[in-house]
Amino acid sequence: MTSELTSATAIARDVAAGSRTAVSVAEEYLARISERDGEIHAFNTVMADDALAQATAVDEAVAAGHDVGPLAGVPIALKDNMCTRGVRTTCSSKMLENWVPPYDAAAVEKLRSAGAVAVGKTNLDEFAMGSSTENSAFGPTLNPLDPTRVPGGSSGGSAAAVAAGFSAVSLGSDTGGSIRQPAALCGLVGVKPTYGAVSRYGLIAFASSLDQIGPFAHDVADAAAVFDVIAGHDGRDSTSIPEQLPSMSDAVAASIADGIDGLRVGLVTELSGRGLDAFEPEVVAAGAAAADALAAAGAKVDEVSIPTAVAGLSAYYMIAPAEASSNLARYDGVRYGLREPGPNTASMMAASRTAGFGDEVKRRIMLGTYALSAGYYDAFYGKAQRIRTLMIQEFDRVYADFDVLISPTSPCVAFEFGAKADPLTMYYNDVCTIPSNLTGHPAMSIPFGLGAHSMPVGVQLMAPAMGEADMFRAAVALEAAAPQTGREPGASS
Amino acid sequence: MTATQRSTEEDLLPDGWEMVIGLEVHAELATRTKMFSPAANEFGGEPNTNIHPVCLGLPGTLPVVNRKAVELSIRIGLALDCTVGRCVWARKNYFYPDMPKDYQISQYDLPLNSDGQLELPSGAVIGIERAHMEEDTGKSTHVGESGRIHDAGYSLVDYNRAGVPLIEIVSRPEITGPEQAKEYVEELRSILVAVGASDGKMEEGSLRVDANVSVRPTGAEELRTRCEIKNVNSLRSLGRAIIFEARRHVQLYENGEAPRQETRHWDEEGGRTRAGRSKEEAEDYRYFADPDLVPIDPSQEWIDEIRAALPALPKDRRDALTGHGADPAAAATAVNRGLDGLALSAIENGADAERVLTHIAHNLAVDGADNLDAGNFAELVKMETSNALTSTQAKQVLAEMVETGNDPAAIATAHGFEAMDTGELEALVDSLIADHSDEWQRFVAAGQADDQKERKKMQGFFTGQIMKATKGQADGAAVNKLLSTKAGQAS
Repeated sequence: MTSELTSATAIARDVAAGSRTAVSVAEEYLARISERDGEIHAFNTVMADDALAQATAVDEAVAAGHDVGPLAGVPIALKDNMCTRGVRTTCSSKMLENWVPPYDAAAVEKLRSAGAVAVGKTNLDEFAMGSSTENSAFGPTLNPLDPTRVPGGSSGGSAAAVAAGFSAVSLGSDTGGSIRQPAALCGLVGVKPTYGAVSRYGLIAFASSLDQIGPFAHDVADAAAVFDVIAGHDGRDSTSIPEQLPSMSDAVAASIADGIDGLRVGLVTELSGRGLDAFEPEVVAAGAAAADALAAAGAKVDEVSIPTAVAGLSAYYMIAPAEASSNLARYDGVRYGLREPGPNTASMMAASRTAGFGDEVKRRIMLGTYALSAGYYDAFYGKAQRIRTLMIQEFDRVYADFDVLISPTSPCVAFEFGAKADPLTMYYNDVCTIPSNLTGHPAMSIPFGLGAHSMPVGVQLMAPAMGEADMFRAAVALEAAAPQTGREPGASS
Repeated sequence: MTATQRSTEEDLLPDGWEMVIGLEVHAELATRTKMFSPAANEFGGEPNTNIHPVCLGLPGTLPVVNRKAVELSIRIGLALDCTVGRCVWARKNYFYPDMPKDYQISQYDLPLNSDGQLELPSGAVIGIERAHMEEDTGKSTHVGESGRIHDAGYSLVDYNRAGVPLIEIVSRPEITGPEQAKEYVEELRSILVAVGASDGKMEEGSLRVDANVSVRPTGAEELRTRCEIKNVNSLRSLGRAIIFEARRHVQLYENGEAPRQETRHWDEEGGRTRAGRSKEEAEDYRYFADPDLVPIDPSQEWIDEIRAALPALPKDRRDALTGHGADPAAAATAVNRGLDGLALSAIENGADAERVLTHIAHNLAVDGADNLDAGNFAELVKMETSNALTSTQAKQVLAEMVETGNDPAAIATAHGFEAMDTGELEALVDSLIADHSDEWQRFVAAGQADDQKERKKMQGFFTGQIMKATKGQADGAAVNKLLSTKAGQAS
């Protein structure tokens, strides 16, 4: 559980009540950033002046008796693939190292008007392609819980920022697990909403049909508070869901008050990790223990088999690179970003892309280009899309009998830098998280005890489309039942 | 197709060969904003002023479909008898500096409109394969010696046009020659303008035509290798390009060779088509459904609503005029100029159809015609046909009607226009003949010798004298008739 000092909901309550100023909160977090981010490298850009200006505006609004919004004075870190007006937005790529957007992403707009104070832009695997933040063109982010280990990725900077106390909460983006896996590796709550629940306008695309913005937080209540602010229909995103989701803060309160009696929970056999060498035994045990904990809390827990779930990894590594190959075409040196000279337009484009993109980005662009090519489309991209359709059908059938599904989040705890240099080993990290991206369903990771090397283990909850309320209800129960680790914020400092 | 047109077109190729032509017409849709972006859809602004983060494809931006563009496209689909249905947006991927995202959002497997047809004024019916929506590209200007991309020192790109909504109308390969191709484009253009979907201005590039040309032995069913001809900027160029290309194919076949399927560019100055830079690999656009957009599935109610609001199509409007005895060509001119409504009202008010359409074709500017009251217009034509005004006078009165909005009788009176009575005119002719007997003898002699040149010259002399004497108020036709009659009597 969170101490009062670091809970976003507590900060917002105190700032709105005038018992703390937003400026004093911002100064406290900025001080921690200057003290330790030189080591951790959670941020590509620290927005100290902007943060103090925004905090001052919040304090003035409080003094004037205006409504200051549900996240008044809450320091928040933003993954550096979300556009911020006037503040460079790099995707941790040399290609966009100096690109300054002329507009704010929809989620950023919503946070600002809710009174949140953006403290900086966080590091990521270049263009969100990776699971360790080692693929950043600006150097890796260190796991604040053990700086010899990765924070996970691709939203590693956003996870590290919250874990290190550089911000109370943060936003990441999740295309194949990029919020949930780093949340698990840094001992945080991380949420990937239903596809379309949060506007993608201003999120620099990796794979458009899979990308979704969501929060990192120390606890479920904070995650719910941020979720409620950033969710909602946006006419600028054609894939935005028109229907309004219920309040997750209300779902959290209801769960605390009423428990989860009768909630139908399924432990997914294929994602449980049982009998698979790639899964650490502590991780497999945590998944099972979490299911037991929910049963003890009154849920009706069964094991359920979803055979297509394991095909997700292969389908994902066709679909995501295919979309990326098209989404990243625009970085050609013509209009913005890096330009390398060349004797003609085609060579200028080739030179700029060669110099601007790192190896993993190039690898995926090539994979995706191949998967979409004439003569290969049906065998690769077309087949992957058919698998995706089958997965959606199968999960929807399962959700007729279950409200939420449960599995480990990641096969392993935070690993050491360079431990997964082989791309296929790295890709396997996403095996549990990818199905929810392909189906568009919501999922989240909740810390559940410690694993190998005393590093945190995350457990994943999944729900059907728009089923976040049940997912948050279960999350509250898991959080309450999680083994105490001594890693809770405030415990070590 | 008329018999004369057919035979003309058949003469264009050596015996035994016929042309097979399919046209791809791109038309910019007349919307206020662009296809997927709030930027203005306007022609002719300063470079890079009608832009927005979305149509510049800035990182993080997303497209949102312009509903008006879909509505205009459905109008076009319905006017072309197409099936209008669910369509999926697709990305067409290729690198080009004037395309901000390096892919174009288009429609591929499932276009909005499919399987239609277009009936031409000559009666031929051309199948329409599809009419799909897509976004336009920007424009590059290559600054260097030749203005071509290969040896340009540098290039400038204007993105004002990037993202402008386009409809691409693809005909079946059923067009048989250059004249029919031009007729097809003209008729299509009239339809686009009539339904308010496009301004159809070829000179501003809002209507662009690519021609797929092949040839085959006359009467054969097969489709042989085609070449796509681009850079055709006028109807005249379209005709020339088709003829050149078809003859090139025939020549290749007759030499025992065959054309390669390729894109070729029309070189207006050289009067020939040229192959583009040779491509080592075939173009692969890697089409796939755009994940940023959802399919459009227009409801039957919406389609019905659009159909009910469709204005009369050019064919119906021509038929309305020819139904009153108008000449088909004159009716087509009136419709193409958008003045058929005025013509029809005037004719329905009792004015002579032929005279009405002559004024419509020659004596009225499209802009001024708004001022003209159809009743007054009819009145003017009646005064003319009853010889109360000469045709010259009528033309002058008409110009003033457009300018002032006054009625024709008032204008004629103010000018003292009255047609001379025939007796008065004959007296004047007689006195001129007496005063210029030498010229009169030459006129008569020229008539007897059938020397048309001399006869015309002398006729002009007398007409000029009479117009001078009457200050232009004499009826030229009546004067000519009098001169002929008198010459006949004299010989």
